[in-house]
Amino acid sequence: MLIALMIAAAVALVAGPLRAGARGGDANLEAELAELEAAKEAKYREIRDAELDYKTGKLSDGDWRVLDRTLRAEAIDLLKRLDRAQERAEPLT
Amino acid sequence: MDPSRKRSIRFVVALSAALLLATALAYTSFSASTEARQPSELASATPAPGEKYQLVGKVVAGYKTSGNVTHFRVRDRDGTVSVPVTYKGNLPDPFRADREIVIDVVKKGAVYEGQPGTLVTKCPSKFTADKSQT
Amino acid sequence: MLVAGQACLIVALCSAVYGAGASLYGARARRPEFVASGRRAVYAMAGASTLAFVLLEIAFVNSDFEFAVVASHSSTTTPLFYRLTAMWSSQEGSLLLWLFLLGVWSSVILYVTRHRLRALAPYAQAVLLGYGVFFAGLLVFLESPFRRIANPVAEGTGLNPLLRDPGMMIHPPMLYSGYTLLAIPFAFAVAALITRRLDAEWIRSTRPFTLFAWLALGFGIVLGARWSYHELDWGGYWMWDPVENASLMPWLTATAFLHSVMIQERRGMLRIWNVSLVLATGVLAILGTFLVRSGVLQSIHAFGASTLGVPFLLLIGGMIAASIYLVATRADQLRSRNRLDSLLSREAIFLLNNLLLVALCFVIFWGTFFPLIAEAVTGRQRNIGPPVYEQFVVPLALLLVLATGIGPVIAWRRATAANLRRNLTKPAIAGLVVLAALIALGVTGSVTALIMFTLAGFVLGGIVQELWRGVRARRAASREPLPLAFVSLVRRNRRRYGGYFVHVGIIVMFVGVAASSSFKEVHDVSLNPGEKARVGDYEFTYVEPTAEIHAAPNGRLERIAFGAHLRVGKAGGDTKLLHTSKDYFPSQDPSLGPVSRFFDGETTTEVALDASLYNDIWAAVAPDIVRLRDRIEEGDRLFERAADDLTGEQAGQFLALALRGLTERYTENPPAARFRLEVNPMVSWLWVGALIIVFGGLVAGWPPRGGTSRTVTAKYAARVGREVREPERVPA
Repeated sequence: MLIALMIAAAVALVAGPLRAGARGGDANLEAELAELEAAKEAKYREIRDAELDYKTGKLSDGDWRVLDRTLRAEAIDLLKRLDRAQERAEPLT
Repeated sequence: MDPSRKRSIRFVVALSAALLLATALAYTSFSASTEARQPSELASATPAPGEKYQLVGKVVAGYKTSGNVTHFRVRDRDGTVSVPVTYKGNLPDPFRADREIVIDVVKKGAVYEGQPGTLVTKCPSKFTADKSQT
Repeated sequence: MLVAGQACLIVALCSAVYGAGASLYGARARRPEFVASGRRAVYAMAGASTLAFVLLEIAFVNSDFEFAVVASHSSTTTPLFYRLTAMWSSQEGSLLLWLFLLGVWSSVILYVTRHRLRALAPYAQAVLLGYGVFFAGLLVFLESPFRRIANPVAEGTGLNPLLRDPGMMIHPPMLYSGYTLLAIPFAFAVAALITRRLDAEWIRSTRPFTLFAWLALGFGIVLGARWSYHELDWGGYWMWDPVENASLMPWLTATAFLHSVMIQERRGMLRIWNVSLVLATGVLAILGTFLVRSGVLQSIHAFGASTLGVPFLLLIGGMIAASIYLVATRADQLRSRNRLDSLLSREAIFLLNNLLLVALCFVIFWGTFFPLIAEAVTGRQRNIGPPVYEQFVVPLALLLVLATGIGPVIAWRRATAANLRRNLTKPAIAGLVVLAALIALGVTGSVTALIMFTLAGFVLGGIVQELWRGVRARRAASREPLPLAFVSLVRRNRRRYGGYFVHVGIIVMFVGVAASSSFKEVHDVSLNPGEKARVGDYEFTYVEPTAEIHAAPNGRLERIAFGAHLRVGKAGGDTKLLHTSKDYFPSQDPSLGPVSRFFDGETTTEVALDASLYNDIWAAVAPDIVRLRDRIEEGDRLFERAADDLTGEQAGQFLALALRGLTERYTENPPAARFRLEVNPMVSWLWVGALIIVFGGLVAGWPPRGGTSRTVTAKYAARVGREVREPERVPA
């Protein structure tokens, strides 16, 4: 009985998505969005780390300003790409 | 300096350090290592005097302990040829007859003298292909 | 229950086979429903293996000797706590533990990431399910824990006394959790290479899994070291045993990855290096499992040759071949456009750190496999001992500590020499102060230890400086009180400051290793009651012998313990009473007499340990029971003669009387006992350091609240400025 129940449960579990059918969505676009989001997070982290490096004396004022400008420009570029990708994206299901 | 030249220099330095490490490791390993021998190999060949070997085999039943000196024989894992060993020091807890041990030995006369602190008894679990116990 | 358990394993195997196929088909044919079905197959495999695990545990708890594995690894006299752990003392049980943990961790990770990594998930699932096919296949076809015993027995063999330690409950599960969790970044690395998506998304997902695995594996390694220290009778915590080394190697490569991935995240550099590290870590994680079961290397853990060496070798070979193929065929795409800006940068220090960690791993790998290398070169196996390892590991470790001190105080991308000098001055002074203090105190017996302590001062000085400056900057902006500013600083920069805490833990451990290795004092002595021995500044007095008979809750004899009370203290100071014993467990060998079977079975030493942050006092006794041998043999003869005249109950009563007589004889007329007496400085720092590492790792890896959310359209520069300030948007 236990064995039968276990087999039935396993079959029901793995067959569930097959019965529900395919979901829509462009996998490539979703991957691109996820990639850009992750890159944006990493860039924001880099900006904050640079600021913390400056405040804790590892970067001079001049070096930090140059680096901060560069990083923010890179972040802006990522946001533009992210917005363009979001405009193309269908709502996620 | 040209950046690509800098990179080349760094690469050469790193590679040289790695090669140096590898060479030193190989040289030290081969010169400081101990040859592993089974009892039958020790018994059949004449070991060089003072040469240290790592003896691997099973403890033969009937060993005797007197004070902190134990006299026992070690046989091949899959054979009967054995050699006599004396060991000065506490025996590890798992040590007993028919257990596999590893010990560094030096030939002294007719027996092999176990080097202090080198006696290791393998954990006597059941991770074997032999199912005869069940 | 045997049939049910075996059925569970078959369901797990079938789920794994189906799931791997469905995931790959779904990926190739762009059928997301099959990918989802493949993910559910992981859940099904986890469920079936969990059920099998529970059924086997129930069998152990109930001492169901119908199970061959229960009969050979447990007994009715084994305490309940150890009956629960006995399962993974066996080959079959440990493989089931592996499959169970693989299923659980894979399910958790795949569930958590079910809406992300859609391109990678199918291939990662297939790899994880491939592992499942392998382990479930071994369990179903070669080493089933649900095998019926050929000849029923009334009593089991019992758990090996060496494994009767609380560490048994957590050390193998933690170690195996580390190994199975390392399978996950391996799987995602393979998936990323197949799909050629090896950028920020892959890092964002792989790093937390690797951190968690690194913590679990590291904790498992430390637990093993601690167990060795207080359970085994040689007073050490590490012996460069092949199986120990095999657990350390993936931990080292994972450590390297956790550092170098930050370079990839920022600069897009080292992609080939990082993916190679992850792949190597996954292979090394399987290697440890292989070494225990193959018998190819001499090890205290290598339980002898089994039938599983070849399958594991094939798995490892396949993993290596696939890894090399994938990296080689994607190398052009992986090559970075960016280059190292300057050797005076945190990137350069991290790179140095990586090279040192990989060098350490290589040294340990070489030493571990040297017997086979030597056999290939010379035709004979040769072995190297701890001194060879230490000759290379110690200098590399010292350089690693130096790099650990420089890393936190140097900027990313490019630091100026002047700036670096300014930031290194105070930590360097801290190191020199430590050096001067130690020289003044006369702690000069070991140059290596002195260098390590100096470098430790340097590293800790740098971390304190970082924390102080960060808190000061935070307070300048927020006007928070000091404690709150510290918490806010750490909360907003979890990765950085969690990393610093981990470094503190590592340094604390290294200081403990240096002190305990360099200044340990050991004496092996023979003492009669009342006699003393001196070890360092401590005097050990053998007060009296002890002898106890321990019975299990069911009334059956569990063990006899012969031991000693020792009084220990410094001259003129307080003393402590310690107790150490050697426990004798009865053998099930029917050829032994009823009395002698209690003295010819397994033994284990209960170490006397008085631990403190300054010194551990450690003592182990080896009682001399040779004088009791005549009485033991006489007892056997008496029982043999009276065997037909005694009922079972009477035999038990006489046996108890005989054993009590022997214990009384031992305590009334004790022979000299041998003791190993040790004074181990600062060993406790290893355990404290490990706890600090766990704390630091949890801080660094703790997920942010809420995660990122979609942004509204706004002017980009203002948007960056606003979002950068919101820590919840940016996982620290």
